[in-house]
Amino acid sequence: MNENVIIQLEHITKRFEDNHNILDDLCLDIHENEFITLLGPSGCGKTTTLRIIGGFETPNEGRVLFEGRDITALPPYKRELNTVFQKYALFPHLNVEENIAFGLKIKGKTKDYIRDKIKYALRLVNLERHEKRMPDQLSGGQQQRIAIARAIVNEPKVLLLDEPLGALDLKLRQDMQYELIRLKNELGITFVYVTHDQEEALTMSDTVVVMNKGYIQQMGTPEMIYNEPENAFVADFVGDSNIMDGLFLHDELVEIFGAKFPCVDKGFGINKPVDVVIRPEDVDLLPPGKGSLDGVVTHIIFKGVHYEMEVTTPDGYEWLVHSTDMFPVGTKVSIHVDPFDIQIMNKPQSEDEEALGVDE
Amino acid sequence: MKKLKNFFGNAYLAIVFVFLYAPIVTLIVYSFNEGRGRKWQGFSVRWYEELFHSASIGDAVYNTLTIAFLSALIATVIGVISCIGLQALKGRTRNLYMALNNIPMLNSDLVTGLSLMLAFIAVGVTFGYSTVLLAHISFNVPYVIVNVMPRYRQMNQSTYEAALDLGAKPVKAFLKVVLPELMPGVISGFLMAFTMSLDDFIITHFTKGPGINTISTLIYSEIRRGIKPSMNALSTIMFISAIILLVLTNFSPTGSKTEVKDR
Amino acid sequence: MNKRKLLSLPYLVWMIGFTVIPLLMILWYGFQKKTGGFTLEHVLAIARPEHLKPLLISLLLSVICTAICLVIAYPLALILRKANLKKSSFVIFIFILPMWMNFLLRTYAWLNLLDDGGLVYVLMQKMGFKGNIVGTYSAILLGMVYNYLPFMVLPLYNAMTKIDDFTLNAARDLGANERQVNLHVILPLTFPGIVSGITMVFVPSLTTFVVSDLLGGRKIFLIGNIIEQEFSTASNWNLGAGLSFVLMIFILVSMAILNHYDTLGEEEEA
Repeated sequence: MNENVIIQLEHITKRFEDNHNILDDLCLDIHENEFITLLGPSGCGKTTTLRIIGGFETPNEGRVLFEGRDITALPPYKRELNTVFQKYALFPHLNVEENIAFGLKIKGKTKDYIRDKIKYALRLVNLERHEKRMPDQLSGGQQQRIAIARAIVNEPKVLLLDEPLGALDLKLRQDMQYELIRLKNELGITFVYVTHDQEEALTMSDTVVVMNKGYIQQMGTPEMIYNEPENAFVADFVGDSNIMDGLFLHDELVEIFGAKFPCVDKGFGINKPVDVVIRPEDVDLLPPGKGSLDGVVTHIIFKGVHYEMEVTTPDGYEWLVHSTDMFPVGTKVSIHVDPFDIQIMNKPQSEDEEALGVDE
Repeated sequence: MKKLKNFFGNAYLAIVFVFLYAPIVTLIVYSFNEGRGRKWQGFSVRWYEELFHSASIGDAVYNTLTIAFLSALIATVIGVISCIGLQALKGRTRNLYMALNNIPMLNSDLVTGLSLMLAFIAVGVTFGYSTVLLAHISFNVPYVIVNVMPRYRQMNQSTYEAALDLGAKPVKAFLKVVLPELMPGVISGFLMAFTMSLDDFIITHFTKGPGINTISTLIYSEIRRGIKPSMNALSTIMFISAIILLVLTNFSPTGSKTEVKDR
Repeated sequence: MNKRKLLSLPYLVWMIGFTVIPLLMILWYGFQKKTGGFTLEHVLAIARPEHLKPLLISLLLSVICTAICLVIAYPLALILRKANLKKSSFVIFIFILPMWMNFLLRTYAWLNLLDDGGLVYVLMQKMGFKGNIVGTYSAILLGMVYNYLPFMVLPLYNAMTKIDDFTLNAARDLGANERQVNLHVILPLTFPGIVSGITMVFVPSLTTFVVSDLLGGRKIFLIGNIIEQEFSTASNWNLGAGLSFVLMIFILVSMAILNHYDTLGEEEEA
């Protein structure tokens, strides 16, 4: 076992009443002091995974290890981790101070200790002098901070966060993202974060785990997930992308819609069908005839930093293109992509792999 | 551990269930008894036959059902209209209104019945069907309001304005947009009112005149002499009809639709 | 907007006519001599032994009945809440359904079970209890609990279903075991339901005259029986009204307590 692994999920399978597997043989190692994000669409099993770690669900098969000990059957109140819930779940009958003190009182801490902890936690979440407020007198963002304070005063080794920013508006959500990174660095503990928002995941995490239909699709640093998606699902879910059928002619050359594009990938065989992913910002538009494939601009929207365009090629595919240069609708252009920016992926083969595909 | 806990939980539920339904089962069983007493003298449907030949029982059933239906219906109309007005009231006025509305629900039936009786005497009306009906409407409206009001408050107020904006006249906007939204509350309010009226004895006892009976008062008048088993037969029929109605409404497609809406 | 307020008027008039004025009528009769003129005699008559004893018995029985109902209903509501039923309306129906069997007959049916030869009677004999409980306080208490238990269960269950699962899980997450979740989260959050349930059971059991009529074997008189008789057989309305006024004071006190928590409107939401 790796020295600094704190939580291990071993072959976790979770079935619901209708015999549909929400999680299927899931294995995952979570390291100490890591900000790990489970990312995926609703129903992908990310929240169930978190609830299994928290102890609110029991898996049908598999084990959960915490620092090497099996905690699969341990009830939530005996686990050394705490959760920040989706809708905050503050106790409506208790004020801010009593909410934060709840876990400490249960554990029988002294009054002085509890008072110090409350002070410390409120300073940490920037909500000093709100001790006596009731939850319904707080804004959504403030309730969120109290929910975090309530969890961290218990000094958990791992903090579980279940879409904690989902109910906040955009501006507040961005502020809270920085706040969470700061908190994690100050506390030096492990954060397991669940979200369906890919931007949130890429901004905050050390490790992103992309999930769909109960399977882990890809796991890695945000850069790896974004730049080198392993399959069409990840490519489609994380960021915008052009996902096309291609033919891998031989090493370092792929054919898309009849045009040949040099690439850097090797070892996919000869004349083999593959999926090709190209990020919209990696598509360069050149004068007609100068690139690999000619097309016409059919749509343009100004997005502030860049223009978002659609370029239709003769086969009818609409390429999504981001560029700071403006090409009016009707302009004839030619598409060029640097070999390094072309991502080649194997087509799914088994049925299970099929399930990973893009079918929303 | 969890299984053991579930076992105790289920056993507890079963005991309470038996406590609630034991007398009812007893009643149903005795309604098929050949004899009158507590002794089982063989199966028979004679009390059911007698039931259909008794004019006094027939009258009481008619009075009970029509009073329950009319009072629940009128109370529902009054209740829904008041909810619209109540929604527009603010602060202290509204609290006072709600407090007045709650009185018949919280007050003792004995006091409510007596007070209505004294009031009817003071006005000088003849005691009979109409006084019972008025009394029942009075104690039914609060149940309707208490069922409808929370739905009204939960409702998105702009749907009504949207309907006006799209050209509907206020009454039409209410009927087409607001009322359907309130419907689950209206239905449960109506059913609760109907049930309360059906089961009432005390208030009817004080507000009815001589020569008119509901099922309750008829039974009360028979207590001294011993209640006839045909009353058991009657109650069995009503109880079974209630269960059938319940099953039908709960499992019909429309029933489940309102259920979904409730979430 | 003002036009909409007007819609609350008809029922306001109705309430004045059918709630406020009738209640004032009780005061009018209760503070009046039979021959006319103001008197406190009928109200003070409550202190006479033949009235005071039934009142005290009524108070005692209704307090015990309320306590028993609370003790039975609270765990019951808790079990139902934790079962997380998809159709919570079904639970409510289970407790309302008995009302479709006539109230008097339902209570009367207990006679069949409790009296000599009844199922419960035989069982009790076998378990070593001697004697017949019909005509005793126990029988009346049983009838009261039987009739008013649903009034305790429903507000409690409603209050409990309103508690979010997230709130309970948050408490467990913070280290509370089931006992602590019940004590520190569910109990305080269901307090309004408890108050409402207590009022709904206490008031009818304090004033009942039917349960004692049916199960008291005509030996036990509660304050409800005394008042009912003053109106029906003794025809001393002024005395009956005076005694009712005393009862109303008790009811008003419990209503004031309830109004303080002002939850009834939401209680019936389910």
